[in-house]
Amino acid sequence: MNTDKAAGKVLIVIPAYNEGKTLEGLTAEIRRLFPLLDILVVDDGSRRPQRISGGAKLIRHPFNLGDGAARQSGFLYALRHGYDFVIHLDADGQHLPAEIPSVLQPLQDGQADVVVGSRFLGRCNYKVPFLRRVGMRLFSLVCSLVVRRRITDPTNGFRGLNRRALELYTRGFYPQHYPDADVIISSHFRGLAIREVPVTVDPSASESLHRGMRIFYYIYKMFLSTFVAILGRQDQGRPGKCPSSNS
Amino acid sequence: MPVKQQLIAILLAAGLLIFIIDAVRRRKLREEYAWLWILVGVVIVVLSLWRDLLGTITALMGIQLPANTVFFFGLVFIVFINLHFSIRISRLTDRVKRLTQDLALLEEESRRDRAEPGS
Repeated sequence: MNTDKAAGKVLIVIPAYNEGKTLEGLTAEIRRLFPLLDILVVDDGSRRPQRISGGAKLIRHPFNLGDGAARQSGFLYALRHGYDFVIHLDADGQHLPAEIPSVLQPLQDGQADVVVGSRFLGRCNYKVPFLRRVGMRLFSLVCSLVVRRRITDPTNGFRGLNRRALELYTRGFYPQHYPDADVIISSHFRGLAIREVPVTVDPSASESLHRGMRIFYYIYKMFLSTFVAILGRQDQGRPGKCPSSNS
Repeated sequence: MPVKQQLIAILLAAGLLIFIIDAVRRRKLREEYAWLWILVGVVIVVLSLWRDLLGTITALMGIQLPANTVFFFGLVFIVFINLHFSIRISRLTDRVKRLTQDLALLEEESRRDRAEPGS
């Protein structure tokens, strides 16, 4: 990735809710690696205001809206300030900033509108607990069947979007909570080209949202929104073109 | 319907109507939501005054007891009104989300303007 070329065009969006010192370290690390890229932290109503470093920009929700809404605020910011590409990654440090170029490259080359990081492509060092693995496989299967291409990690929060995707994602269909497999399916039906690239996920840093009863809500929500996305596909334009997979 | 029951139903409906109109007058209830409850009050009054109406509807629907007809329509009404409010709440939630996002973006802009005046 040529970061000189990307200066002023790429925004790194990091949604954050009650994050500790990892967020400060993450913004500093991105700034050290890519000094010309702009960073935006979206504080989603944390109890104590988030501390950031490395000259990152900060927007703050007055109360907690949800991970999807926090990302969407970042997309709105990007559109209003004329950015061409957005890369979003999680604030807990599970994604490696050094891999930003591999998510950005297919967008800059015009090979995809949406790039989804996958921990299961390429070198996979990620051990998933059994039940979570079953759930992930299930959503991966549903997503792959609907999109008609292999989607291995629909729950990964390390993604890249171009302007076309940003415009669609800020028009209301982007979910307020858990924007995962349903976003990939809706994107496909809205004619966006989706591509997966291998990324590394640090499981020790990952804080799963799917603890306790929330896993049941997540499963219900994902099936319902996927079903609704499939039902509404006629209204959403032709199916997306599928660039060749690198898997 | 015995006269005593009839009186109780009319008093209840009158109380409901007075409460609703007073709530609208004091701006505690919006007109767009008040009409549903006014309709409930009016229906109770009509059914109390027109004694045979409930019996006719009950016979037409093949229900054995008039009380069951009241319960049936009451339940249907409650289900629909709850559904209506769920849809309203969903729409309001979406609006609150978008307003909050706009507020956050504007707050960032004004913070930046204060930090870099004239930029």
